[in-house]
Amino acid sequence: MSNQDIGHDADLAPGDEHIEGGGVGARVLGYLTGLGLAILLTATSFFVAGTDLVWQPSIPVALVVLAIAQMGVHLVFFLHITTGPDNTNNVLALAFGVLIVLLVMAGSLWIMANLNHNMMPMDRLMHMQR
Amino acid sequence: MTDTTLAYPGSDPHQLGSMALAAAHSGPPPKRIVTGYGFWIFILSDMIMFSAFFATYAVLLGQTAGGPSGRELFDLRNVAIETGLLLASSFTCGLASIAADERNAFWFQIAMAVTCAFGLGFLAIEGREFASLVAQGAGPSRSAFLSAFFTLVGCHGLHVSAGILWLLTMMAQVVAKGFRADILRRILCFALFWHALDIIWIAVFTVVYLLGSAA
Repeated sequence: MSNQDIGHDADLAPGDEHIEGGGVGARVLGYLTGLGLAILLTATSFFVAGTDLVWQPSIPVALVVLAIAQMGVHLVFFLHITTGPDNTNNVLALAFGVLIVLLVMAGSLWIMANLNHNMMPMDRLMHMQR
Repeated sequence: MTDTTLAYPGSDPHQLGSMALAAAHSGPPPKRIVTGYGFWIFILSDMIMFSAFFATYAVLLGQTAGGPSGRELFDLRNVAIETGLLLASSFTCGLASIAADERNAFWFQIAMAVTCAFGLGFLAIEGREFASLVAQGAGPSRSAFLSAFFTLVGCHGLHVSAGILWLLTMMAQVVAKGFRADILRRILCFALFWHALDIIWIAVFTVVYLLGSAA
């Protein structure tokens, strides 16, 4: 529906859905699918965080993977970011955003861990200032 | 001249002629795409701002200055309820977008009102959590960890508050002005904003609460 209003086949605004004659029912079903998957992933996250059933050091990795999967679900089913040719610009902008986010996060953690590692212990620092 | 060459069936197997035609006819893209794309760029920049707060939180996670750590402070049951409320509001926001595309004012107002109720419920729980933390003496000035926590989660809460104000504005504008093209563009941008808030919340409940209470 929203795509037909535009009358421009080449591109799709982010958030707009590419519809092939499905109508309202199909669109609601799409959102319901997204909601179901998101609930499943969220429930798994909360379960994994509190359980003793899995090897403990694997839990942070599992949580991060589950979170990234759920972000993907939201992007596809709620924001309608797809791999289609009408979405190339949206995906490229998203990819650039993700690159910067990764650089900021990984860079900060790396630099701060390195500084922390190389810092003189506090008692020796105090001793030198005396 | 091109018309005569294209008249033969199969003379243009790769539709080069129609591509040239499309190129000749394509002016600037429609306003809905320009507006939506511009707002998409804003959302991505907002996520980059949040990534700086997340990095700060991750670096300061252990710096509790002898104060309480996340494991002692966080109530995961509350966080699960908040997550459910925000997820449900994202769903009803999607229903509101469908209603807007169908020009159905009745269902649009209902879906937006439900979205608003879920959002307010989220804010109420978050506000209660913040108030109880401050009352326990675990306010933002207690430790670097808590400063980072209040900055990150509070910033998300401010975004949700702004989103609810925007939501109410859109309900009023649809009543006053109907589904005009410019109003529909604003609804598109609002839906993008609201869904993006939910995506940021996924990172918040994973990094801040689940990883924070494991550490």
